[in-house]
Amino acid sequence: MKKQTTESRPAGPKPWYDPRVRSLVFQVVAIALVFWGGWTLVDNTLSNMENRGISTGFGFLKETAGFGIIMSLVPYDATMTYGRTFFVGLMNTLLVSAMGVVTATILGFIIGVARLSRNWLVAKLALVYIEVIRNIPLLLQIFFWYFAVLGSLPSPRQSVEVGGSFFLNNRGLYLPEPMTQEGFGLVWGAVIVAIVAVIGLRAWAKKRQLATGQIFPTFRVGIAILVILPVVAYLSAGAPLEWELPALKGFNFAGGITIIPELAALWIALSLYTASFIAEIVRSGILSVSKGQTEAAKALGLPGGLTLRLVVIPQAMRVIIPPLTSQYLNLTKNSSLATAIGYPDLVAVFMGTTLNQTGQAVEVVAITMAVYLTISLLISLFMNIYNRAVAIKER
Amino acid sequence: MAEPMLKPPKIAISPVDWMRRNLFSSWYNSLLTIVVGYLVVTSVGPVFSWLFFEATFLGTDSSDCTGTGACWLFISQRLNFFIYGFYPDEFQWRVNIMFGLLAVCFVPQFIEGFPWRKWFGLFGLTGLPVVGYFLVPGGSFGLEAVESSKWGGLMLTLILAYIGIIASLPIGIVLALGRRSEMPIIRGICVVFIEVWRAVPLITVLFMASVMLPLFLPDGMNFEKLMRALIGITLWQSAYMAEVIRGGLQAIPRGQYEAADALGLGYWKKTGLIILPQALKMVIPGIVNTFISLFKDTTLVLIIGLFDILGTVQSTITDPAWQNVAIEGYVFVAFCFWVFCFGISRYSQNLERKLDTGHKT
Repeated sequence: MKKQTTESRPAGPKPWYDPRVRSLVFQVVAIALVFWGGWTLVDNTLSNMENRGISTGFGFLKETAGFGIIMSLVPYDATMTYGRTFFVGLMNTLLVSAMGVVTATILGFIIGVARLSRNWLVAKLALVYIEVIRNIPLLLQIFFWYFAVLGSLPSPRQSVEVGGSFFLNNRGLYLPEPMTQEGFGLVWGAVIVAIVAVIGLRAWAKKRQLATGQIFPTFRVGIAILVILPVVAYLSAGAPLEWELPALKGFNFAGGITIIPELAALWIALSLYTASFIAEIVRSGILSVSKGQTEAAKALGLPGGLTLRLVVIPQAMRVIIPPLTSQYLNLTKNSSLATAIGYPDLVAVFMGTTLNQTGQAVEVVAITMAVYLTISLLISLFMNIYNRAVAIKER
Repeated sequence: MAEPMLKPPKIAISPVDWMRRNLFSSWYNSLLTIVVGYLVVTSVGPVFSWLFFEATFLGTDSSDCTGTGACWLFISQRLNFFIYGFYPDEFQWRVNIMFGLLAVCFVPQFIEGFPWRKWFGLFGLTGLPVVGYFLVPGGSFGLEAVESSKWGGLMLTLILAYIGIIASLPIGIVLALGRRSEMPIIRGICVVFIEVWRAVPLITVLFMASVMLPLFLPDGMNFEKLMRALIGITLWQSAYMAEVIRGGLQAIPRGQYEAADALGLGYWKKTGLIILPQALKMVIPGIVNTFISLFKDTTLVLIIGLFDILGTVQSTITDPAWQNVAIEGYVFVAFCFWVFCFGISRYSQNLERKLDTGHKT
């Protein structure tokens, strides 16, 4: 059969009309163009860098940085290397992103639910919040919090004080720092035991419910276990925790935990801005659950709280998760605006100061971009795994 | 379908009924209403009196700002700088013509049934950039040249956002088609391009454009700072644009592709006559939304030293001639952006409802 057709049309299509030949040619041309473009760029860059006397390679990462960074989660001083500045910047980026993701999610869910409230005033207030915040550039909001709000706070000597342990001034927010003493390990142990116990309790309660139909108040009992066990351990170990209070020494505070105003401004602005987007996502997610689902749950006799927990939220999450992921990614990328107010994130420390000092633009920019690429690939990977877990399982 | 004979009766709700239903439906709703209402009333009052009642509107310099409210003099005195940057006064009519043309092209889009409004829009997308190319920088037709380093303020913000969108649209279309291509290598190149640009923050792109672009180019060839920023913004934006357009391409039912194939249309005819017209129409709201986010993101150029509207305000706030005007400045910029973005987003929502041809499920 097949042979016959080829025999009847021995010539076949002309090679330049043959889609396979065409696509092969196109792809070869595309590869050639990409390679030619890439080679030209590399060639230009190398000759330009040679002309300007810029060194190449990643050796600069081992050289001494020689500049200070106002905030670092890992020990750092000016005698350490550029490699260390990269690490400090990365940690600061991850810190503010993580803080922002947590608060933006909480705030976003609250506002998204408030938007659907049956209370007219609350719903309208949430609407106004969303429409105002998301239509104003984030950089402007960061500037507003940093220069207009936090910049107008009093100087350290006139700090706003709460109970002699919390201080707020234009150098930052000072909090007491918990210092664990000997015997605190017992409390950690109790926490682990409590978590294991709650997991066991859940399994047992589910088994019992499947067998007998009786519902055990797992949630309340679980919370009680999680609170009581560590508290008992803490007291029996003789309260092995002391608080180091911040105190005014000279012109500034020392001791305790300091949240620098750059971090605070960035954190507030990122949380408020992203929350307005998350709120809309949450709202559309909840609205996407059809009314029939709630009615069916009601018909089955489920009380309101359980309907929400077992019927509405799991289905809404399916709609919410993918756009929520991209909001988390946006937040992480937006944290790079830190450089505008001087918070030492990856872009400010590495792409800013390090690049200026070493002049090795290509390496520094490549490393920075690679970091963001990795972060975003990782987040989407995790979210895809989660998404697969909650997706509709059609049988 | 015939109209029903009788319209349903109007349900009359008295204000008291309405309040009972919407504000005080249960004890916790009542409590919530009272607490939230109290907070709103106590905070809105001072804000309004700061904004309007106690604010200073008339005068010439900062010594006239004696009230406890906002000092709007700061805005009115420096407004020229906020709109045109360092653009010379005697040539500002050129920019004003562009503002006027922009309004002529796009205001009709908001008015239902305006004659030839499609053509106005089309001119805005094609002719307007050409006119602007000759008018704003000058240097030809007897117009005196104005260097791009003198451009600033709102004008620069609009230029960045507008050119960013116009230039990224064709690149985005090509990338989206490439990503849906059946040729694995073309698809791979497009996927890598799109994903890399989408993963990195705009600020790194701008840094790269301003620091690395001079290194990439052969000796003797260089762009001005504004041009470098525009190249960066366009490349970055085209990746986002590609994803929006891909959404439209995927929403076209398979039958359309198959029907085009059955008619014997080649790839380019199929794409140009059947697929793209439908897909682009479907993604207009998406394109408008990316425009809004790009418009907000243009503020980032102040980090690489261009004076957009936020940059001009930020540099004036630190001017010793004006004291404590930071909040006024930020409120002004926020208001400008809010009016643009909110207006455009409302327009896009409207459009979305009108263009909904039932393709989306």
